[in-house]
Amino acid sequence: MGLLAVVCGAGAVYGFAVGPATAQKGTSVNPRPAPPPTSAAQRQQIDRGRSLFVDGCSSCHGNDAKGKRNVAPTLVGAGAAAADFYLSTGRMPLSNPTDEPTRSPPAYNRQDIDALVAYVASLGAGPAIPHVDISQGKTNTGLTSFTLHCAGCHQVGAAGGIVTGGVAPALNNEDITPTQIGEAIRVGPFLMPNFNAQQISDADIADIARYVRSTSTPDDRGGWGIGHIGPIPEGMIAWFLAAGALLLIARLIGEREPE
Amino acid sequence: MRRSRSPVGELAVVGALLAASACAIAFVLLYVFDEFNTQLLGLSLGLALAFLALAAIVAGKKVVDQRTSVEERPTLVEPEVEQEVAERAVGAREGVSRRKLIVGAAGVAGVSVGAAAIAPLASLGPNGVSAALKESPWRKGVPLVDDNDAPLSADQLEVGSWTTGFAQGADKRALGTAVVVVRILESEVFENPQWAPQGIMAYSKVCTHAGCAVSLFRYPTYEPTSQPPALVCPCHYSTFDVRRGAKVVFGPAGRPLPQLPLSIDAGGKLVAAGGYVGNIGPAWWGVRKGT
Repeated sequence: MGLLAVVCGAGAVYGFAVGPATAQKGTSVNPRPAPPPTSAAQRQQIDRGRSLFVDGCSSCHGNDAKGKRNVAPTLVGAGAAAADFYLSTGRMPLSNPTDEPTRSPPAYNRQDIDALVAYVASLGAGPAIPHVDISQGKTNTGLTSFTLHCAGCHQVGAAGGIVTGGVAPALNNEDITPTQIGEAIRVGPFLMPNFNAQQISDADIADIARYVRSTSTPDDRGGWGIGHIGPIPEGMIAWFLAAGALLLIARLIGEREPE
Repeated sequence: MRRSRSPVGELAVVGALLAASACAIAFVLLYVFDEFNTQLLGLSLGLALAFLALAAIVAGKKVVDQRTSVEERPTLVEPEVEQEVAERAVGAREGVSRRKLIVGAAGVAGVSVGAAAIAPLASLGPNGVSAALKESPWRKGVPLVDDNDAPLSADQLEVGSWTTGFAQGADKRALGTAVVVVRILESEVFENPQWAPQGIMAYSKVCTHAGCAVSLFRYPTYEPTSQPPALVCPCHYSTFDVRRGAKVVFGPAGRPLPQLPLSIDAGGKLVAAGGYVGNIGPAWWGVRKGT
């Protein structure tokens, strides 16, 4: 009960910090300024991030990161979580702004990503990179939460799926880190809805991340997962096997006795 | 030429046919008096079919002579003999022959298994269920709760987020109870903004096509380069434009998801501002538009 109260309290604080009326996903109506950098090293990193941004991102997001109409959104208030998610999963930069961003090898190394994340975070207050410790998570409660919030699009075995207009990516991939899972839940990339701490708490994220990690090394009973997309292909296989068995039985029954 | 047929085999066939008939009748009775006991329903129908199969197998193996032979028909030259044969043929029909017994048992089994196959048709279509389809626990002022019965508040939902809501105190499994609650930009609510305070709106979770749970919500990070917000049904990808009263923009559904008008009470909690606008539940032939 005490833990629940703490979680609810954290949710209330989060809700207050984000404010009730956010304009676009992850960005506030009137983004509050980010806290000023506290050290010279930080300022230096933000400057490095800005120059990387101007080189690699500004053709779509604009030189001041305020976006270009009908091309790319503003990054003011997008926050560190969004920047780290899109860059560390290789979804950005995108060669054609109308393409769906998909997971690919990151274009930047870790230091460059950190600098870009620091720059985007300095533009305005937004969701911070969540700290996800899967050793604190429970796989079974993670499965329950995943079924409730995620399985509609990503399938219960995390094999991915389709929404009209977009692809829900497969998550049963061991390259996906718990931090990226947490970022995606809070940010809601591309067509994915976002979830705040009142809907999916930080503890729930650890559970979900632990479950998602477990799907990349599934325990396939019988040795074959049949694509891990759930009961429909499994039922199809059962039908095919049963049809073969029935044919065999019919053949045995119908055999003529020798004269 | 004729092999002596086994009376045991014939009795087994008759026994299996009568057992099939008894199971089928049990299925019909269960369907009428204990409709929701699906385990027993499946068991009785399965046993009926298994006994039919057993009867067919035993009949094929033990009763019907499988050898093929041609017997020359003797020419009947004398009319008296012909008369005698005709009388014998008629006389043989008297009493219960083995053939009659088996055909009779097969008839009994056929009728009862046929009845078992037809009886569940009573569950199809609007007869008797149309009233249940219109039933819903939503009235003006009924609070929305989440799956743990905790009230849903307006500040719980950010723009671009969604959840499943239920009517407080109602049976969560009833058709009319579950709603999908989404929040979009207030400026993007193009129809009936009075039902969507702060851009929060609720629609029936039951797809108007085949009755699946509408469990997919897409919300764009940047609309001009992707797709507008929509609810999507995972079964056949019917896509409902939440900005325009869940108008169907893709897929086989024939009518929008019924909207539940919302309001926010003094405590910031979400409550219904009335009942559903439109009929809930799937469509069937002739009422695709759900009128």
